Amino acid sequence: MKRKLQNTTYKIAPLLALTVIALIWLFVCEGDIVPSFMLPSPIDVFTAFIKDMPILLTHAQITLQEALYGLLIGIALAFVIASLMDRFKFLYNAFYPLLVVSQTIPTVAIAPLLVLWMGFEMTPKIALVVITTFFPITIGLLDGFRSVDSDQINLMRSMKASKLQTFFIVKIPTALPSFFAGLKISASYAIVGAVIAEWLGGFEGLGVYMTRVKKAYAFDKMFAVIIFICIISLLLILLVTVIQRVATPWVQSSKRKIN
Amino acid sequence: MSFLEVKNVTKSFDGKTIIKDVNLHLEKGEIVSLLGISGSGKTTLFNAISGISTPDSGKIILDGNDITGKPGSISYMLQKDMLFPFRKIVDNVALPLTISGVSKKEARKKASALFEEFGLEGTQMQYPDELSGGMRQRAALLRTYLASSGVALLDEPFSALDTITKSSMHKWYLDIMEKIKLSTLFITHDIDEAILLSDRIYILSGVPGNITDEIVIDEKKPRSKDFALTEKFLEYKRLIVEKLNFN
Repeated sequence: MKRKLQNTTYKIAPLLALTVIALIWLFVCEGDIVPSFMLPSPIDVFTAFIKDMPILLTHAQITLQEALYGLLIGIALAFVIASLMDRFKFLYNAFYPLLVVSQTIPTVAIAPLLVLWMGFEMTPKIALVVITTFFPITIGLLDGFRSVDSDQINLMRSMKASKLQTFFIVKIPTALPSFFAGLKISASYAIVGAVIAEWLGGFEGLGVYMTRVKKAYAFDKMFAVIIFICIISLLLILLVTVIQRVATPWVQSSKRKIN
Repeated sequence: MSFLEVKNVTKSFDGKTIIKDVNLHLEKGEIVSLLGISGSGKTTLFNAISGISTPDSGKIILDGNDITGKPGSISYMLQKDMLFPFRKIVDNVALPLTISGVSKKEARKKASALFEEFGLEGTQMQYPDELSGGMRQRAALLRTYLASSGVALLDEPFSALDTITKSSMHKWYLDIMEKIKLSTLFITHDIDEAILLSDRIYILSGVPGNITDEIVIDEKKPRSKDFALTEKFLEYKRLIVEKLNFN
């Protein structure tokens, strides 16, 4: 009973904070403290959000496609890289530092190059999403693979398991929780990655629409896009969480026990 | 010739000899304990017998075949139950069958058939985290049994359990051994446990570790639970303590 009450408080707290921030925003705009061409009122943003919904949805289709393709390719790539690096220590030593360094390259800097190389269609956008998403997943998988202890490997050997069997029976499932931790981060990067790539050239997508409304100084519409992007990013993370629950039932069962 | 023979096994790490010229044997259906204080090389010997590591010299012979440095013939169980948290109990237990290529359905069926005998009925579809320490060790022993081709090596399997669970596990263990007749080499540092469970006890001591004594526990099986309270039991204990100190 008490726990239930606590849970509700946890859920109410962020909502409350959000309401307070929205009220301050409303007060600042309606009280003419900040001019409306600099910061649109939340009411205007909400109106724009509702009115632009059809157009937002059309553009979102493109962006979502890019993000999902990118994410899927990112996952596949991460699996290949992490498995090879786990299997061959030499590759791990050679490429781990490079992987980390690759993440310090600002995406905004390489996006124009990708557009130059790959054109204005979907390909450069997907490529950018792949670049931003594969890293957290790779690291998650590698950490997971390395958390398998040597006694477990020896046990598998004592049962005459081949290296491939040990990989699929022990390593992959052990790595799943940290894989999903990485995937959640990647999912939140995926939409933003696609939007950034769209800023730099393209015909459709939320990023393209964003630059369009920015040039028209339609800040209410701009804010509406931003909120829309936040919402689909959150939905994507939610989707990953749901898949995680289904794919790692033992994690839930051990949580139940602790409670 | 004995079922399992360990002949003149020597192993060193970083120039330091851990065990030297260890000789021991195990007959079919026998439970033999290897008793030694920590640092006497129990685990080194364990790894050599199970084939996980190759001894510097010496041989491990199982049923006439040389299995030195070849894992897969002797199954083992550790203090850690090593159940995989992501596999249901039945799939953990059936793992040796799955690895050898038996289909999942068939493996589950074969493993499940032994659950009742091992006091695990009803836990098939649970995850290891949902079971108590004692139950997990039972599951681990069942997996070891399914993995074995006659000999099992148990390395302090009950030492992580609390006293009450441990003593009920001992009773359970003796019962189950009567039924399954698994030849077992039981590594422990617990003198009471060694006397209670074994047919024979080897004492491993010295630096480098070596078998310094062999004691036959001459008590009928199945042993009554009062055995641990008898004068005879204490006599064995006195003898062993003396030998451990003497060396």
